[in-house]
Amino acid sequence: MSSDIRFTDFKSDAQPTWCPGCGDFGTMNGMMKALANTGNDPDNTFVVAGIGCSGKIGTYMHSYALHGVHGRALPVGTGVKMANPNLEVMVAGGDGDGYSIGAGHFVHAVRRNVDMTYIVMDNRIYGLTKGQFSPTSREDFETSTSPEGTKQQPVNPLALALSAGGTFIAQSFSSDSQRHTEIVQQAIEHDGFGFVNVYSPCVTFNDVDTYDYFRDTIVDLDETDHDPTDYDDAKEKILDADKEYQGVIYQDESSVGFEEREGLSESMADIPDGAPEDAMDLVREFY
Amino acid sequence: MPDDLNWAIGGEAGDGIDSTGKIFAQALSRAGRHVFTSKDFASRIRGGYTAYKVRTSVDRVESVVDRLDILIALTERTVEENMDELHDDSVIIYDGERTMMKDFEAPGEMTGLDVPLKRLAEEAGGAIVRNIVALGAACEVADFPIENLDESLEKRFGDKGSAIVDTNKQAARLGQDYVADEYGLDTGYELETTDSDYVLLNGDEAIGMGAIAAGCRFYSGYPITPATDVMEYLTGRIDQYGGKVVQAEDELSAINMALGAARAGARSMTATSGPGIDLMTETFGLIAQTETPLVICDVMRSGPSTGMPTKQEQGDLNMTLYGGHGEIPRFVVAPTTVAECFHKTIEAFNLAEKYQTPVYLVSDLAMAVTEQTYEPEQFDMDAVEIERGRVVDEDGIEEWTNEKGQFTPHAATDDGVSPRTFPGVEGGAHMTTGLEHDGLGRRTEDEQVRVEQVDKRNRKVETAREREDWSPREFGDPDSDNLVISWGSNEGAMLEALDFLEEEGVDVRFLSCPYIFPRENLAEDIREADEVIVVECNATGQWADVLEHDALERVKRINKYTGVRFKADELAERVKEELAGEPAEVEAE
Repeated sequence: MSSDIRFTDFKSDAQPTWCPGCGDFGTMNGMMKALANTGNDPDNTFVVAGIGCSGKIGTYMHSYALHGVHGRALPVGTGVKMANPNLEVMVAGGDGDGYSIGAGHFVHAVRRNVDMTYIVMDNRIYGLTKGQFSPTSREDFETSTSPEGTKQQPVNPLALALSAGGTFIAQSFSSDSQRHTEIVQQAIEHDGFGFVNVYSPCVTFNDVDTYDYFRDTIVDLDETDHDPTDYDDAKEKILDADKEYQGVIYQDESSVGFEEREGLSESMADIPDGAPEDAMDLVREFY
Repeated sequence: MPDDLNWAIGGEAGDGIDSTGKIFAQALSRAGRHVFTSKDFASRIRGGYTAYKVRTSVDRVESVVDRLDILIALTERTVEENMDELHDDSVIIYDGERTMMKDFEAPGEMTGLDVPLKRLAEEAGGAIVRNIVALGAACEVADFPIENLDESLEKRFGDKGSAIVDTNKQAARLGQDYVADEYGLDTGYELETTDSDYVLLNGDEAIGMGAIAAGCRFYSGYPITPATDVMEYLTGRIDQYGGKVVQAEDELSAINMALGAARAGARSMTATSGPGIDLMTETFGLIAQTETPLVICDVMRSGPSTGMPTKQEQGDLNMTLYGGHGEIPRFVVAPTTVAECFHKTIEAFNLAEKYQTPVYLVSDLAMAVTEQTYEPEQFDMDAVEIERGRVVDEDGIEEWTNEKGQFTPHAATDDGVSPRTFPGVEGGAHMTTGLEHDGLGRRTEDEQVRVEQVDKRNRKVETAREREDWSPREFGDPDSDNLVISWGSNEGAMLEALDFLEEEGVDVRFLSCPYIFPRENLAEDIREADEVIVVECNATGQWADVLEHDALERVKRINKYTGVRFKADELAERVKEELAGEPAEVEAE
């Protein structure tokens, strides 16, 4: 990896089609800065995304990337990292992508603890399909598919992650560029599954969870006496429904990535031109 | 006496039926005899009846037949279930001291050998070796030297210590002696041994072995009958070559993990059965659209829905051929024998990487659970060639970069195959998407680019049609006017059916097709024949439909969808009836 990498090296020349003012710009910029700050380069980075506004991220970044199907980015990231543990793997998704169709994969990715970073651009709405409620939308939130308010409780992704055995659970706000970048950076540096839920406001369809709302309510854990290595402390913060927190909420510092526990360190891309030299042993097993 | 012996052990699930059968099959194989095994489950769904059947001969055996010569019956139901295959010369070994067998009498002219299996087992060292006592008794009936069992017992129980092995050896001998002393019967069987050293394996194992030979390094799957053995085979073994098996949370995850590993450069595979293919179909389209090489193995079972999980069927042909929305270039390869499961798996990996396309490797339950003997040379590892296709490294990347210095992973080439880089290769960073994209891999709705990319992807299939050999395997009389065509695992039964038919003076030309798509056009063969019969294990004749479409000619059909594979003698009879113009109704077993 080269030391003179700048975050703009992670930028492609494609023009984003996100709405002006979208929170995803800030989320992505923080990811690119964090990748550069941690010494990664585009040729050794793999970005995976699913469907939705968040899914477009691979186009706007410059790296090896895959834009897949709805909700299934985490398994793809798992396969990439297992097959080549030397790559920096970033998975990006939205609240619909990650907590609705992909909720099952989320829980299993957390418990597997593969060393990759999962960024969820949480705007609490379905943006690309033009304004339906999402799994993180508040109860009684009025949208085109919930004109009388949703009758469903929002999912608490941080609680899901904690209960599944998450080893790095954090939250950030895309417009707080410096803190967001720092938090993503810590997630990248974490040995295991680094999960960051990013408040990434939708300026077009969500007039409740706005920039102003988050600016007014967010509490930065660095300005409190929160200890992220204290499980009970983390649990208390995560289950506190009245507050929006920013920072690393929980980190298990003894975490070791799944691929390392499985004994993987080399790329699986290099194979011989023929069968392995001792392959006849595989046949002899059947005598 | 017939040249071959048909033997079975049956009882309740949990009676150790499978391991006992396997011990006997391995002993026969090591003694230089050919073996063909099948696992039999009741066609009526009740209780836990299960049986392991072994057909053995000095000559090759390619299928099961409708005859059972020696049956170890741990329950009376075992006899009932197999009544159709038993005959007057059959020998039934049972334990009359067992409460449930105490009133048992061998039906008709059959010979019943009442052997106190449990009592002798306890004498040898424990009731648990009851089945081995029965094996010893069966060896005596078949005149098969009992020493041949010893190595199998050592292999099976060796890691439990020599005392356990000795107990088993002793148990076998007590069973043998009991039959010799009490009955002294001469059944006329003589299980001749030879110097040959065969290997004994099933289709799932052959697929797993083929995958390792082909350099597969990543496998992710979700357990499902009858594909699970592929995953179990690879687990542990693939690690020795730097690979890994991951048991995913579901089939959706499994295929997406496999996709991720393939994008990272690993030869990658997943295996499942029909219901799992349904779940994977969404990502199947993504794999084709992103031009990712991947082998997806479908070990078919009876459908639709959960159907009959432990029963045979070839019902997924249409799904593998047409499944997925939009139009998806693909390869569909269906090995026709257990050995071909090995060879076609290697071919599947090469096709996937040479053409950057998903490959369906289609097997079925009958092949998955059948263990068959082969000469080890059939699995010639020196002959394995790995072709990775148009992979571009640092030195080659410039050729494929545009004027802005961007790599073009989806360049529209003449042969349809684009350059491919593995992550980590400098200058190769690029985005891949399931959306329609341009040569850079970026989303587009431009009409001209759309047409260019669709044509490019389809051109890979045309290139493969020209470059590869898609011909069927041909057997029987090449000049016959009677043409039988089958696909997948029916080859063995049909090969033996040819022998039966020949004895009756019926000549047949037989084409066994391992390639579903692309495939050789058989129109001329079909038009030249007087009678054309397509044999397959499904109700509607999916392969027959495909061939009719290709040839614009009607073909006759032999279909079986009872859940049980074709038996050679049964198939011969049905071919004869079709040729005589008297199609038989499908009979339930």
